[in-house]
Amino acid sequence: MEKFTVHQGVAAPMLQINIDTDAIIPSREMKLVSKQGLGEGLFAGWRYTLPNGREPSPDFVLNQAQYEGTSILLAGDNFGCGSSREHAVWALKEYGIKAVIASGFGSIFYHNCIRNGILPVVLQNDQVLALAKQVQRDPQVCQLNVNLVDCYVSVLDTKNDKGKDANEGLSFSFSILPAQQAMLLEGLDGIALTLKSKSKIENFKHTYQAQYPWLA
Amino acid sequence: MDRTLFEKIWQHHLVEKLDDGAALIYIDRVFLHERTGSIALKSLAADQRPVVSPEHVFCTMDHIVDTLVGRGDNTQVPSGKNFILATREACIDAKIKLFDVTDPQQGIVHVVSPELGIVQPGATLVCPDSHTCSQGALGALAWGIGSSEAEHALATKTLRVSKPKTMKVNFNGELGFGVSAKDMILYLIAAYGAAGGAGYVIEFCGEAVTGLDIEARLTLCNMAVEFSAFTGLVAPDDKAIEYLKGREYAPKGTLWTQAVTFWQSLFTDEHAQFDKVIDIDCAGIGPTITWGNSPQHACAVDASVPHIDKNATENQRKAMQRAYEYMGLSPGTQLKGLPIGAAFIGSCTNSRLSDLRLAAKVLTGRKVAPGVNAICVPGSTTVKRQAEAEGLDKIFIDAGFEWREAGCSMCFFAGGESFAYRQRVVTSTNRNFESRQGPETRSHLASPATVAACAIAGCIADVREYL
Repeated sequence: MEKFTVHQGVAAPMLQINIDTDAIIPSREMKLVSKQGLGEGLFAGWRYTLPNGREPSPDFVLNQAQYEGTSILLAGDNFGCGSSREHAVWALKEYGIKAVIASGFGSIFYHNCIRNGILPVVLQNDQVLALAKQVQRDPQVCQLNVNLVDCYVSVLDTKNDKGKDANEGLSFSFSILPAQQAMLLEGLDGIALTLKSKSKIENFKHTYQAQYPWLA
Repeated sequence: MDRTLFEKIWQHHLVEKLDDGAALIYIDRVFLHERTGSIALKSLAADQRPVVSPEHVFCTMDHIVDTLVGRGDNTQVPSGKNFILATREACIDAKIKLFDVTDPQQGIVHVVSPELGIVQPGATLVCPDSHTCSQGALGALAWGIGSSEAEHALATKTLRVSKPKTMKVNFNGELGFGVSAKDMILYLIAAYGAAGGAGYVIEFCGEAVTGLDIEARLTLCNMAVEFSAFTGLVAPDDKAIEYLKGREYAPKGTLWTQAVTFWQSLFTDEHAQFDKVIDIDCAGIGPTITWGNSPQHACAVDASVPHIDKNATENQRKAMQRAYEYMGLSPGTQLKGLPIGAAFIGSCTNSRLSDLRLAAKVLTGRKVAPGVNAICVPGSTTVKRQAEAEGLDKIFIDAGFEWREAGCSMCFFAGGESFAYRQRVVTSTNRNFESRQGPETRSHLASPATVAACAIAGCIADVREYL
C-alpha cells in the first residue's frame, strides 16, 4: 500500500453534512469486478449534467477551474456514511484524493480509507470551516499541508509563504489512533502484518473451538 | 467486575492486544455477496492468499441479481452478470458455500443468515455490507466492513479492530397501536441525528425491545448503521433461542444443549457501565416516515415537514434547504395526503415473513390506488415460499402489487432496477439518500404496514386508519 507521510495540495470544500457513499460513487457506476475504473464515476450524480452522462456540471466544485488538481477534500460531518462499498474510496483514490478532512466519518468508510492509503483527518467543524475559508480565497495558491508524522493540517500560501515553515500559518493538530497512523505512515499490508501472529491465531483457534465446539 | 454484553463477546474473541493499540479479534463467520465479495475473493486469489476456513464462509447472490420472475444470470445492467459469474467461480475455487441464483435458500444476506441459523448468539460475524449490524438482533457481534477487511478476515480468520465505545439505548414503555420496530429506529435517528451513534456499539434494551420478536429486532438493529454506530445488538433471550432451534446451521443434539447454556450467560451484568445511555419513551413514538434525504429527516406521519431550527448551524441550514429542494417539499407542508408514484416493500430492513404479514393485513380486500407502481420483493426465496404457502402472495397480487423473486432489488439500483425520475416512493428500505432508488427518486422511509397503507391511499397515509 502507498505510504502517507506529508501531502500538500489543492483542497476543495464540500461542506454538506452526511455525504454518503452512494453520492461518492453511485451504484450504477460500479460496473466492473475490479478496484479500478471508478474515478470517472466519482460524485457522478453531482459532477455530470445527466445521470448517465459525462458532460461536466459547471456548478460542481471539482469541475471549477480554481479547484483543478484537487487532492484534499474539506467535508461536513459524517462524511462517507451509508453503504460499505469500498468503491467510494477506490474512486476517490483514482481521482487523486489523498486526504479527506471532516468533523466526522462513517465508520466503515474511515477504515476503508486507512486500508487504501487515504488519510481521513478528524477536526472540529469550526476548524474545517476556518480552513475552507482560507482555501476559498484562492484555492490554487492557498493550499493545505497535511502532515501525518506530526499530525497537523496547515494552510500554505504557495505565493507568499515560500521559504516559510508550513506550520506558521493557520494550523490545527489532529489525533489518530497509533494503529491507523502506523498503517498509513508505513504503507503496511494489514494481512501480512497479522500473518506474523499466525501461530498465536492457531493456538487461539484450538482453545476457542474446544470451548465453543458448536462454532468449530 | 460487571461487564456489558459487548465486553463479554469482545473478550471471548480477543486473540491479542496489538502493540499499536488495536486488538486482534477472532472472526467466527464471514458472509459475502456478489458485489463486494466477488472483488474480495478475486483480489485474494490474485495475491495467492487462501481462504483459511472456507467452512465458516457463506456467500449469497442478492445485490445485483435480478428480481423479475423467470430471472437467470442476466441483469438489467449488462455488466451485472460479470459479478454473478465471478462470484460463482470464486466460491467454487475457494470451496465456499454459495446460495446461488436458483438455490431455494437464496436471498438477502441479512435475511438468509438468521433464517438458516448461521448467525448465533455470542459469535462474531462480518460481511462487506453495511447492514451486517442487523444480525446483532440475535446477540451476535456482527458488523459491516469493506472489501479489504473482508480479505483480511478470509485470509487470517481475524480482524484488527479498534475497540468501540458502548452505548445503551433503552426503549421504555409499550409501543402504541400501529407502531413497529421501523418506527422506533427512525424515531431514534431523528432525535439524535444520523451521526448520533458514531463510535459506539449499541445495545438495545428496554421492555419495548424485549417485547419485539426476532424479526422485528433484526429491523431495529438493521438501521444502527444509519445512526453511524459501529453496530447494534440485543441480548439473546428465550425468544432468540426458540428462534434458532432446529434451523439448518444451528447446533444440534448435545452441542445445542451446550450452546444454550452458554447463550444464557450472554447479558449485560447489573452494574456494568456504558459510555453513554439514551432513554426513549415509547409513548412518544407514532407511525414514522422520513421527509428528506437523510434517515435523520424522520417525523410522525401526521406531522408537517419541519422548519429549520433557530439554532441550526450554517451547514445544518444548508442541509435542510437541500433536502426541501431535493424532495420537492416546503416546510410546513402536511406529509399526510402527499401524492406518491410508487410503493416498495422489501430490503434487509423489512422483507421477512412477519413484515409481509403486517402489510398483507392492510392490503386484504383493498386495491392499490391507480397510478401507483407497487412492488413487493420478499427478502429470501424461503420467505417467498412461506408467504406463498400462507396465501400472502395472492393478497399482494389481488391488491395490485407486483410479487417478485428475492433480492436487494430497488433498495438501490445495483442491478439496474429503479424507480422513475423524481418519482415519490414510500419504501420499507433503509436509505433515502439522493438517487438511491433511481435518478433523483424521492424516497420516504417507513414501516411495511405504512407502505401498504400509502399504496392503497395513493398518498402518504396513517397506517392506523387501515388496521
